[in-house]
Amino acid sequence: MAQLFNTLPRVAEQALRRTPLYERHADLGAKLVPFAGWEMPVTYEGIREEHTAVRTHAGMFDVSHMGEVEVEGPGALAFLQRVLSNDVAKLEIGGAQYSCLCNEAGGVLDDLFTYRLGGDRYLIVTNSANHDADLAWLGRLSRGFDVAVRDVADRYAMLAVQGPHARAILTRALGLALPTRMRVATARVGNRPALVCGTGYTGEDGVELLIDPEVAPAIWVELLDAGVVPCGLGARDTLRLEVCFHLHGNDLTPERNPIEAGLGWCCADATGFIGADAVARARREGTDEKLAPFKIEGAGIPREGNPVLSDGERVGTVASGTFSPSLEVGIGMAYLRAALAEPGTAVEIDVRGKHRPARIASKPLYQRKG
Amino acid sequence: MTLSDAHYPDDLLYHDQHDWARLEGDEHAVFGITWYAQDSLGEVVFYDPPEVGATISKDASYAEVESVKAVSDVIAPMSGEIVEVNDSLEDSPEKINEDPYGEGWLVKVKLTQPEERGALLGAEEYRKMLEKA
Repeated sequence: MAQLFNTLPRVAEQALRRTPLYERHADLGAKLVPFAGWEMPVTYEGIREEHTAVRTHAGMFDVSHMGEVEVEGPGALAFLQRVLSNDVAKLEIGGAQYSCLCNEAGGVLDDLFTYRLGGDRYLIVTNSANHDADLAWLGRLSRGFDVAVRDVADRYAMLAVQGPHARAILTRALGLALPTRMRVATARVGNRPALVCGTGYTGEDGVELLIDPEVAPAIWVELLDAGVVPCGLGARDTLRLEVCFHLHGNDLTPERNPIEAGLGWCCADATGFIGADAVARARREGTDEKLAPFKIEGAGIPREGNPVLSDGERVGTVASGTFSPSLEVGIGMAYLRAALAEPGTAVEIDVRGKHRPARIASKPLYQRKG
Repeated sequence: MTLSDAHYPDDLLYHDQHDWARLEGDEHAVFGITWYAQDSLGEVVFYDPPEVGATISKDASYAEVESVKAVSDVIAPMSGEIVEVNDSLEDSPEKINEDPYGEGWLVKVKLTQPEERGALLGAEEYRKMLEKA
């Protein structure tokens, strides 16, 4: 056997950071891997088991590597309208909203959730690999606005508790009143202030908890005892890809705009956000390529970078690919010629020299039961 | 990684790329991947075997095994011609994890250079190599 080619991004030759739950992961015998500069659990008992636990019961993910940025001040709304693609004016107090952070060319620097915590106070959750760059970008652009941009990543441990039974278990185990989907509520967890967010990255119901790092290990154990299954980044990736949620670095990059990525719905071009002109042009004129989900028909597991072929000609590239534990077949999302990015189109994926028949599908690839 | 559940049978020969060979007489051998290999890979969900009749060369890839997250080439510990592949792995690739030296065998080979066995490691040498890694 040769070396393993992990599809998770790797950061080499650099001290890895550890979350407040590192010891808990080690206790459980997790396989820990470098991920965006952090030492993170990729799996505990097996990706398929963890995946199934989230689809049928309840699983929890330590996502404390994700960053948080607080934006506060009288100019917060005007500033966020400038930097975020969505219409932040529509975000009510206690609401959550998904956005792209674009550069002038409309390229996606990051994709993030914004929570409105108060009249002029917002919290943005960043992807860990982009946190420092996002912070620098936001800090630079905040000049001229009456607003403070603060890195509050060290203030929170983040725990995603997801699955059809997640809410019931959380209510029972932690005595929490949970917000509905796309809402955020303040709470006390471990007798410390916390935020409970009705969001997730799995396609299942559930919440994301932003809690005090000091109480995180005790809360983790409490949820473990309540029957919540610990899940690693491996299952997080298979779960999100089954429901076609984007992963920045794969499906979203600074070289791609939200329109070709299928994220036009979270871009309010009229707000004049940075990149709005480029996004409006892409929307009006169309893009050469589009991101489309696909399923392999038969054997083979597509991976990032695999060529997409049509009649033997290269027409695109796989952005994300994996084995779907729910569908038991290879799945992925690929950037390909816009004309071919229609559900039902037959293509081939060149998986290391073998041409695997595949079909463009509609979103999501996996439909939640019930 | 804990090697508590690891096992490396003494009757096998090992290649440093985490493959094993079980010699059957002077001219035939069965190949597979080691406990360490399957543990590193995680749950195997797909095995892409070579064709019967294919010629394989020592130290070169002859098959692929994939887990949910990773794909790996499987390296031939010795040279030869494939005489049989483990078809049952098509439906049950998890046998590679559950029983890497038994039901999880990958191919049977007619050896073209049986003397290559001299370059392979014994179980004790392989275990020592893993400890050092």
